[in-house]
Amino acid sequence: MEQEKSEEKIKYSIIVPTYNERLNIALLVYLIFKHLREVDFEVIVVDDGSPDGTQEVVKQLQQVYGEDHILLRPRPRKLGLGTAYIHGLKHVSGNFIVIMDADLSHHPKYLPNFIKKQLETDADIVTGTRYVKGGGVHGWNLMRKLTSRGANVLAHTLLWPGVSDLTGSFRLYRKSVLEDVISSCVSKGYVFQMEMIVRASRKGYHIEEVPITFVDRVFGTSKLGGSEIVEYLKGLLYLLVTT
Amino acid sequence: MKHVLKILTLLVAISAFWIGLLETSLIPRSNAWLLPIYFVVSLGCYGLLMVGIGLTRFPTCPHEALLLQQDIVEAKDFLMQKGVDVAST
Ligand SMILES: Nc1nc2c(ncn2[C@@H]2O[C@H](COP(=O)(O)OP(=O)(O)OP(=O)(O)O)[C@@H](O)[C@H]2O)c(=O)[nH]1
Ligand SMILES: [Mg+2]
Repeated sequence: MEQEKSEEKIKYSIIVPTYNERLNIALLVYLIFKHLREVDFEVIVVDDGSPDGTQEVVKQLQQVYGEDHILLRPRPRKLGLGTAYIHGLKHVSGNFIVIMDADLSHHPKYLPNFIKKQLETDADIVTGTRYVKGGGVHGWNLMRKLTSRGANVLAHTLLWPGVSDLTGSFRLYRKSVLEDVISSCVSKGYVFQMEMIVRASRKGYHIEEVPITFVDRVFGTSKLGGSEIVEYLKGLLYLLVTT
Repeated sequence: MKHVLKILTLLVAISAFWIGLLETSLIPRSNAWLLPIYFVVSLGCYGLLMVGIGLTRFPTCPHEALLLQQDIVEAKDFLMQKGVDVAST
């Protein structure tokens, strides 16, 4: 493993889960290609049978950018985000994996920063954080900010994770590390992101952070339900006793 | 060690210290009895304070939203030319 690192050519596999993101996925792919120029990469779209025709758009994108750069790995129906990553992971050919949302909340212009940080520090995970200098959020109302801050303070007081943004999901992983961490995660939704990073941190993986800005989705609708806070608290307890 | 055990250990250590204070009566007993309440209250205050600070300093980026709008226009132009269906509904 160790020698392989320096010799093997680096390739990045970007896993993008989608559900009803026909417009966003096209814009996202354009922006990825615009900002990732000098590296070898592929985009793996895991679409869960979106009724809005996301997959047709992805096929059109394959015509433009090539099927070796855009891979469509669909699933028959909506099976959830966590398993979408696992599904995508089965089809990657790169040795580093980026996970990002399709809804343009995660802007591809930060990808070079993730890559640079990883190369500089040889980190196992580079995670995007909104809560440091240079980062930020746009489009949240007071309630959402309050919930987010409350959740963050609670999680930091109880879990001491050593990472400032626990629920963000814009991250770069070394492939072996992602495989290792994801296999021990069972949560869903926001808690899933938190569980990934807390487990990785407990396992002693080297985690670095880069600032990102987060603009709340412009197109399409949110897929997250109302009982989030309860789920979050349950998840926190779960992490407390299992990690 | 599971994380909850670390926290429990910490709590046990603090309680031991408190009981020690009670037993040795280094400080007046009536005061020592109030310490756990102070502890809980200050923990609560710490939490509220941190949330408050976080809220007032919440980093926002309105400029990024504008930049994103420009990116979207640019992307749509390009993709439209290439025959990708980007008509927003
Ligand atoms: N494949 C798959 N993708 C999903 C599923 N649920 C959500 N997604 C995608 O996962 C990403 C994140 O979902 P969002 O709905 O944006 O969740 P969020 O960012 O927490 O919430 P909002 O942005 O406020 O709507 C998006 O790219 C979605 O299209 C799912 O069940 N299956
Ligand atoms: Mg989103």
